[in-house]
Amino acid sequence: MALTKITNITGRGIYLPGDDVDTDRIIPARYLKCVTFDGLGEYAFFDERFDTEGSAKLHPMNEARFGGASILLAGSNFGCGSSREHAPQSLYRYGIRAVLAVSFAEIFFGNSIQLGMPCLTLERQDIEKIAAIIEQNPATPVQIDIAATKITCGGEIFKAGLPEGSRSGLVDGRWDPIAELLENNENVDRVMRALPYMDLRK
Amino acid sequence: MNEQKNLFEKVWDAHDAGRLSSGRTQLIIGTHLIHEVTSPQAFGMLRDLGLAVRCPHRTFATVDHIVPTNEREEPFSDPLADEMIRELRRNCKDYGITFFDLPSGKQGIVHIVGPELGITQPGTTIACGDSHTSTHGAFGAIAFGIGTTQVRDVLAAQSIAMDKLKVRRINVNGRLSPGVYAKDVILHIIRTLGVKGGIGYAYEYGGEVFDRFTMEERMTVCNMSIEGAARCGYVNPDATTFEYLKGRPYCPSGQEWEEAVSRWSSFASDADCSYDDLVEIDAADIAPTVTWGINPGQAVFINENIPDPEKLSAGERETAREAIAHMALTPGAPIIGTPIDVAFIGSCTNGRLSDLQEAAHYLKGRRVAPGVKAIVVPGSQIVSAIAEKQGLDEIYREAGFEWRGAGCSMCLAMNPDKLVGDQLCASTSNRNFKGRQGSPTGRTMLMSPLMVAAAAVTGEICDAREVFGVETAASQ
Ligand code: SF4
Repeated sequence: MALTKITNITGRGIYLPGDDVDTDRIIPARYLKCVTFDGLGEYAFFDERFDTEGSAKLHPMNEARFGGASILLAGSNFGCGSSREHAPQSLYRYGIRAVLAVSFAEIFFGNSIQLGMPCLTLERQDIEKIAAIIEQNPATPVQIDIAATKITCGGEIFKAGLPEGSRSGLVDGRWDPIAELLENNENVDRVMRALPYMDLRK
Repeated sequence: MNEQKNLFEKVWDAHDAGRLSSGRTQLIIGTHLIHEVTSPQAFGMLRDLGLAVRCPHRTFATVDHIVPTNEREEPFSDPLADEMIRELRRNCKDYGITFFDLPSGKQGIVHIVGPELGITQPGTTIACGDSHTSTHGAFGAIAFGIGTTQVRDVLAAQSIAMDKLKVRRINVNGRLSPGVYAKDVILHIIRTLGVKGGIGYAYEYGGEVFDRFTMEERMTVCNMSIEGAARCGYVNPDATTFEYLKGRPYCPSGQEWEEAVSRWSSFASDADCSYDDLVEIDAADIAPTVTWGINPGQAVFINENIPDPEKLSAGERETAREAIAHMALTPGAPIIGTPIDVAFIGSCTNGRLSDLQEAAHYLKGRRVAPGVKAIVVPGSQIVSAIAEKQGLDEIYREAGFEWRGAGCSMCLAMNPDKLVGDQLCASTSNRNFKGRQGSPTGRTMLMSPLMVAAAAVTGEICDAREVFGVETAASQ
């Protein structure tokens, strides 16, 4: 399975302040009632963006000046809570192509990488600096160099964090491991045969 | 061989199928559990890629999140829910996967079904597209939640790509006082270590309290490991574990049982193994605990006051402000006396038989306060059948609770059981996130089943020990 190599992502930024943004906020549970991920984009952060009557609340994603933004900036422990892949899927389908945050919840991070939506960590002050730049001028591009794990915005360069396995996976086009998992059949068989509970007789 | 290992390392090594080019491990998943919410898209991906299911007999399915708990007849009145159950049924049929469907008598919340059928076993790896898969760690399994694309990986390759975790040993020694439960232990651990404290870790729970705990109590603690950001949590298998598993349908029997027990025992952490971190907690310090905020770490003992965000550290302040605003609580006021609208006993945290028994024991002869809606939802059809045989349903009904059919219900409200408006719910579930119980402005306070029962009868958050006169050691 040949995948696109994800080496550079450039787009406009959008900042959602606050820590511990959980997956119930990213995609409320009532929108999990679906058998495909299609169409989830419009429900991203739904209850943060709209009140119970459906009127738009004050929220960066409702502001025209941030329309079309594809780089999401956030605080720490972003994506905590459930394992629902609906969360990164809804962001991706909304148009987000990368997330920059102080830290990520593990399952969210893994789900996002496996989807080809890189998640990079930045120091809090750097997130705030980039947020200030896009607040000043939302049209300022945020450039992510995945290979070098560097972010460029408003003429400044910021060092980002990305575990090596994820980094090389993205730049080499191996961010979805399925092909490799399937290739390794012999090894898998050998390990499974040594596990009696797998009951390979069946 | 004098290399001492902990359980996590032993199980990991036994399931390691080599390094992937990304540097991650190809980890064999021995047992795969699926449900209707996170699996349909995975089957869709399999179909798109033209892939088969590698070991259909190692995947087990149930339906829990969307099932109504009152009207169980199909078609469900919610067409989306109906589509989801039909889709799961079709996928299981097409790929030869065992499905504990509604008519089977074995349906229930996936994390209750696995253990009670004996599918959950020590020394195994268990994955499920659900973060509370950590529950199964109570048996000494390495069990964790995965995303839907990884559900596809397990179906197709019986393995996933994963980085090894660090292991933090958490000892709880001493004795819990009467009226203090496993739920209080885990809420206390999360409060102590923080909702981010477990990032990158597996939690190994031990110490005298865990040695004495029943399997159901161990499950309650392991269940909420993820709420402290630990990907999985486990307890070493011991006589209590084997006693629980003996005779369960999916467990070995006869000669094979003896072999299994000796194999299972060998996975327990070695006496002198090392850990990446060690935390000691004194059981005597733990009191009944209630959450006041919008994440499970925002909790206080029942006799404490609601914190004032302005007095908290800079790191906690912003979330606390948001929590106080959402929960409409008064900073500095006692948590006792907060009026409730709804009481919910259920979920994969506290929807097991012992939970229902404990609350019922004290509810006998009591009445739910006027204006409070109280529901009890058994975690599985098996739990429900045993509870009914023991007459628990009658006790609950007489007390003014609604007795429902098995499912996730108001834990996340994907079925018709939802909070309305800004109702405040005393809940035995595991997440108090904004909107978690079905209403964006709904409010959730997490606590033990006994504390929910006490809140139900008084109509407000209260100290169950006083309300029910809990004096004798009801728990360890
Ligand atoms: S009971 Fe709640 S936490 Fe448990 S599986 Fe169901 S929805 Fe998830």
